Amino acid sequence: MDTTTVTFTLNGTTTALAVSPLTTLRTALRENLHLSATKAGCSQGGCGSCTVLVDGEPTLSCLLPLALIEGQEVTTLEGLSTRGGLHPLQEAFYDRFAAQCGYCTPGMIMAAKALLDRNAQPTREEIREALVGNLCRCTGYLPILEAVEDAARRLSQ
Amino acid sequence: MKQLGIVGQSVKRRDGLGHVTGQTQYVDDVFYPGMLWLRMVRSPVARGAIRRIDTARAEALPGVVAIVSAGDVPNNWYTILGLIGVGPPDEPVLAHEEVMYQGEPICAVVAETEDIANEATSLVKLDIEELEPVLDVEYALNAEAPVIKKWGSNTFIYDGMNHRRLRFGDVDAALKQADFVVDGTYRLSPIEHVPLETHCCVVKPEPDGRLTVHTNTQALYFSMDNTAIILQCPSNQLRFLGGTVGGGFGGKVDVITEPVTCIAALKTRRPVKWRWTRREEFQNSSTRAGVKMEYRDGVMRDGRIIARKVRSLQDAGAYHRHSPYGAQKHMANVGGPYSIPNVWADVYCVYTNRQPSSAMRGFGVMEASFAIEVQMEKIARTIGMDSWELRMINAYRNGQMRPVRKVVEDAALVETLQAAAELAGHELPAHLRAMHSNDTGEQTGNHAYGGGGSRL
Repeated sequence: MDTTTVTFTLNGTTTALAVSPLTTLRTALRENLHLSATKAGCSQGGCGSCTVLVDGEPTLSCLLPLALIEGQEVTTLEGLSTRGGLHPLQEAFYDRFAAQCGYCTPGMIMAAKALLDRNAQPTREEIREALVGNLCRCTGYLPILEAVEDAARRLSQ
Repeated sequence: MKQLGIVGQSVKRRDGLGHVTGQTQYVDDVFYPGMLWLRMVRSPVARGAIRRIDTARAEALPGVVAIVSAGDVPNNWYTILGLIGVGPPDEPVLAHEEVMYQGEPICAVVAETEDIANEATSLVKLDIEELEPVLDVEYALNAEAPVIKKWGSNTFIYDGMNHRRLRFGDVDAALKQADFVVDGTYRLSPIEHVPLETHCCVVKPEPDGRLTVHTNTQALYFSMDNTAIILQCPSNQLRFLGGTVGGGFGGKVDVITEPVTCIAALKTRRPVKWRWTRREEFQNSSTRAGVKMEYRDGVMRDGRIIARKVRSLQDAGAYHRHSPYGAQKHMANVGGPYSIPNVWADVYCVYTNRQPSSAMRGFGVMEASFAIEVQMEKIARTIGMDSWELRMINAYRNGQMRPVRKVVEDAALVETLQAAAELAGHELPAHLRAMHSNDTGEQTGNHAYGGGGSRL
């Protein structure tokens, strides 16, 4: 089968991967690189559980062919706690019970990370808007909103 | 008593750190070297007779390793609740004589990649004679409807009857005596759970002959025991690993992925993964049952509900799954949290050629609650009474007999309504604030009516 080699930065490390042309970023992460934090909820861009950051932008990795991220920077949940400890978003999600079954959590945290990176003090409405593409079927939305607010406070201290 | 120190404190989730770091291992996160992928060939029609299943072209596709069909299943006919005596076994693991709903599993393709397995499913040629499907619960009970179950009826048989029956007091006499009769017919659609994580199973054959089974079932030992029965093997040959479920809500208590994946692993002697697509999750997984409920309540001018007559049809879909139990729970709860001295209910667990229904959060009970609480509002309007008062007058008190012949020991509706009113900023009049679940005086509705439900 035809393969194409794609080089990109993954959680700070230069990575090269030879894949078939239509392999998605999510499949590459989960099945070629065994970084399984990024989830496969619907595989059709409907649930947000596969959200990762591509050059800082929240991106549905289930719809994105890997070949399109040549030279770009990808951040997954595994890349969040670079110094070993938890990122303030992870601390806040843990402390505030913002994860129930946990399947939406990686996508939620990455979407929230993108928000806080460009807006350090978001309003409740801005948080809602940033997370509108991420479904939580345990319906624990309120603790998630509170966790993002809490993380913003922790980051500003 | 140090271990009791957590009472009254907020305790962190045991799995919380795994969830926020992405280290929690869900079933789809399990990969084994040399793992094969399974995809299912499903029925394109709601009801039909299988004439021929031609897998030749699928088998010839490079990368296809095995086909699993009904002949590979040691004990093909099962029913999940057979473990607690529900029967007869009415569902094939893989269909071979007939198909009973659109999406019913017929045969599995096992291949080197998921894409190849997918492609191969489209190469399996099905010759199915389409039959008239039964798609409506009322039609299913009609004498003209095709009979779709092998025992000659379209209903579950409870102790020789085609419905689950509740008889308490004399409903017809009480309805005649009532000042008002309030009717309501309520229909609820099937509801899909939509867990973010779809059904998934990974099975690895071990050198000692045992199978390691990773599954996101909500009912690990139920699944293990049923799988042992289907595989006709001692359960000590099965090592089931579970407990991490990416959302279930009752939708993952059917034994729906493990048996076929185990058989595929045994047949190929390689690890096999079967994960459902979102489309399969919507179209093929069990739902909450669709329901049609007919309520007739007899009410006195002072608010006492003195009679309730219910006919209710639960749409089980094509197979039992958990629906006979759901219909039974429905029967037990047609009265709701209210003390009604005369209750009559006929609850049917009806089979149709729809996607099977099964468990979902309080199934059978919440459907009744919907009908009951709309009835309460209707009754309140009919007799011109505040619906808070209507509910509190009729609420169970401790010591009363329920229609299912259980004495109420943990009544809490009065106190719950009082607390709800306070939270909602709704001021209750003094006589309602004074009520409590242990008052059995004559001032409180049915407690003055022949001792409530104590007459048997």
